[in-house]
Amino acid sequence: MRQVISGNEAASLAVKLARVQVISAYPITPQTTIAEKLSEICGSGELAARFVRVESEHSAMSTLIGAASTGVRTFTATSAQGLALMHEPLFWASGARLPIVMVDVNRAMAAPWTIWCDQTDSVAQRDTGWLQFYCWSNQEIIDTVICAFKIAEKLLVPCMVCYDGFFISHTYEPVEIPEQKDVDEFLPPRNAEYKLDTENPHTFSGGTLPNYFMEFRYKLQRAFERAPEVIARVYGEYVQCFDRTYDSVESYAADDADAVLVASGSAASTVWHTVKALRDQGRKVGLLRIRQLRPFPAAELAAKIHPPQRIGVLDRNLSPGTGGVFTQEVRAALHRDGHTGRIHEFIAGLGGRDITMNNIIDIYDRLEQKTANASAINWVGLNP
Amino acid sequence: MNQGPHSAAGRPAAAVAMTDYEFCSQYDLYGHMACPGCGEKILLRHILNVLGPETVIVCPAGCAAVTDGVFPHSISPVPFLHVPFDATPAAAAGVRAGLDLSGRKHVTVLAWAGDGATFDIGMGALSAIAERNENILYVCYDNEAYMNTGIQRSSATPYGGWSTTTPKGQLKAEPKKNIGAIMAAHRIPYFASGSPAFLDDLTAKVAQAKRLSGLRFLHLLSPCPPGWKADPRDGITLARLAVESRLFPLYEIIEGTHYRLTHESSGAGFDEYLQLQGRFRYMSAGDRRILQADADRFYAQLTLRHNRNGETTVIGEEP
Ligand code: SF4
Repeated sequence: MRQVISGNEAASLAVKLARVQVISAYPITPQTTIAEKLSEICGSGELAARFVRVESEHSAMSTLIGAASTGVRTFTATSAQGLALMHEPLFWASGARLPIVMVDVNRAMAAPWTIWCDQTDSVAQRDTGWLQFYCWSNQEIIDTVICAFKIAEKLLVPCMVCYDGFFISHTYEPVEIPEQKDVDEFLPPRNAEYKLDTENPHTFSGGTLPNYFMEFRYKLQRAFERAPEVIARVYGEYVQCFDRTYDSVESYAADDADAVLVASGSAASTVWHTVKALRDQGRKVGLLRIRQLRPFPAAELAAKIHPPQRIGVLDRNLSPGTGGVFTQEVRAALHRDGHTGRIHEFIAGLGGRDITMNNIIDIYDRLEQKTANASAINWVGLNP
Repeated sequence: MNQGPHSAAGRPAAAVAMTDYEFCSQYDLYGHMACPGCGEKILLRHILNVLGPETVIVCPAGCAAVTDGVFPHSISPVPFLHVPFDATPAAAAGVRAGLDLSGRKHVTVLAWAGDGATFDIGMGALSAIAERNENILYVCYDNEAYMNTGIQRSSATPYGGWSTTTPKGQLKAEPKKNIGAIMAAHRIPYFASGSPAFLDDLTAKVAQAKRLSGLRFLHLLSPCPPGWKADPRDGITLARLAVESRLFPLYEIIEGTHYRLTHESSGAGFDEYLQLQGRFRYMSAGDRRILQADADRFYAQLTLRHNRNGETTVIGEEP
C-alpha cells in the first residue's frame, strides 16, 4: 500500500509492523511526533505494546535496558539533548548486548539553543557500541527500521537509525508500506537466548575484573566485524520479500567521475539532484552516499573510489578541533586501503542551515579546479 | 564493600537479645563479599525468603552490586540485573513491562538500591515510577552514606554525621532527607520502614508489600560497621538502638495518608547509639541535642498521625 507520510510516521509505522512489545519515549523536537503516533497506535490497540511514559530520555533508555533484558522487542526515539542524556545507558545497552532499536532524529546540539538539524548529536555517540544507519528518504526509514530489528537481534547489538530533523522527519513523501503478514514472515518474534528468567536464574552485567573485561569488549568488536555480512544478508532477505534494498555505500555516477562527493542524510539527496544536473551539462561528477557510520563501511567505500578521482566529503556535523566526523572516517578507511590521495573536507548546513544545489555546485567547482583546500576545513555557506 | 579500617567506638553496656525470628533456610546467600556486620545481606536474605523464587532483582552500583560477586560468580538465587547507578527505577519499570508482556505478571520485580541511588542520583526516576504507580517493590537499604566508594555523605546521612566529604569541622549540617514523606506525597499504596533488628516486623512488612500491587517502597536501615566506624559485632545492636532512640522509627504509610507506628520506640539509647559509632565522634553537645530534638519531634508527629488514624498496629491486617 502506498501512502504519503512524514519521516516520523514512517518510523512509527515500522515500529508497529515490527510488533514491538515495549516502547519508552520522552518528548523532544523534532522527534516528538513519533512518541505521539506510537502512543496513539498503542492506545487504539493496533499494537499490543506497553508504552512506558517516562520522565527523561535517560529513563527511556534505562527502561528499555530493563525490558530488553526480559527478552522482548523494544524501541525508543529521541533527538539531540535527549540522545546526549542517554549517553551513559547507551554504553550499557551495547555492553549488555541488548538489541534495542532507536530512531535519532538528527538535531544540532545546544548551546546556543536550537531545534534545527545537524548530525552532531548522533556522530558524537559513535563510540557507544551502537550500529548507526543514516537515511535519506521516508521509504528508506520504514525499510531500515524494520531491518534494524532483525540485524540487532542477530548480532545482539543495539541499533540507531538516524535521519535529518525537519528535512526528513517532517517532510511528506509517498511511501510503499509493507503488508503486516509479509513483515511477520520477514521478522519473526524475538527469540532471546539469554533473558531474566526465574526458571533459569542468571546474573547480568555484574562486576568484572581485568581478567575478563577485555574479552567482553573483544566480543563486541567481533560482532561489529560480523555486521557487514549480517547486514547484507538481512537486506538480501528484505529484497526478496519487498523488492527494495540498500547498500552500505551507494554509488551515483561515481564510477567514471573525476570529482566524487561523499555525503549522507538529506544533504546526499541535494547532491544527487546536483549530480544529475551537472551530468546533463557533461560534467563528470559523482556521489557516494554513506548509509552507516558504525560499522563504518571502509572496504565498501574503498572499493568504490578509483584514483586519481578527486574526493570531497560533505559533513553536516562538527567535532571541534578535528572537523567533520565522516571526513575522519573516510580518511582512515582510505588510508588503511593504501589510498594516498587528498581528501577534501566540506562543512555545511550546521544548525539547520540550508545546503543548496548552488553550494554543491560550488563544491564540485572547487574539486575540479583544484581550488579546494586539502589541508584545512572548507566551510560552505558561511556568512562573511 | 568498604576497605577502610574498622574502628569501634566502644561496646554496649548490656548485650541485646537476639530476635526470636525463625530462620528460614530457603536462601542463605552463602559466599557473599559483604563486610562482617553488614546489614545489607541480612536484609536481602530475609526479604528473598519471603518473596521466594518468582522474583527478579534490579540493582544499581553500590555495595549490594559489588558484594553479590564478581563475574562469573554471583550469589543471587534469583535473576539479577545490574543497571547504571541512576537507572534503577526506570530499569525496574522496563523489567516489569517486559515480564508483563511475556505472561509473567506474577513475578515480583524487586528494586534493591542503596541510599545514594535512591535519595540522590535516582530520585527523579524514583519519583516518576511512584507517580506512575508502577507495579514494583522498591527497597532501599540505607547505610546513610556512599559506602561503596568509601564513606561520602549522601542526603540520607544524619545531621552531624562525619564522612570523608563532611569531615571534622564540616560535619553534615542538614538533616536526613525524609524519604517517607516524599513517597507518601506520591500516594503510593504502601510505604514502610524496617530494621534488621526487628525481623518479625520486617518480614511482615515484606509479606504485606508482596500481597499488594503498585509501587511499594521499603526504607530499611542497613548498619555499615566500616562506614559508621563501629565494631562489626555491633551491627544489629546499632539497628536496634536506632529504632529505640527514635532516630529510625518503625512505621508504615498506607495510600500516602494512613500512618501507623509498628513499634513503640522507648526513646532510650540515644547516647549509646552515638557513642558506639566513630562517625558521631566529632558532634558537639549542642549538635547532639539538635539531632535528638529532631528525632523526638518526628516521632511525636508519627504518634499524632498514628493516633489520629486510630488504626491497629498489627502489620498486614486490612484497616
Ligand atoms: S554497606 Fe558497609 S558493611 Fe556493607 S559491604 Fe558496604 S561497606 Fe561493607
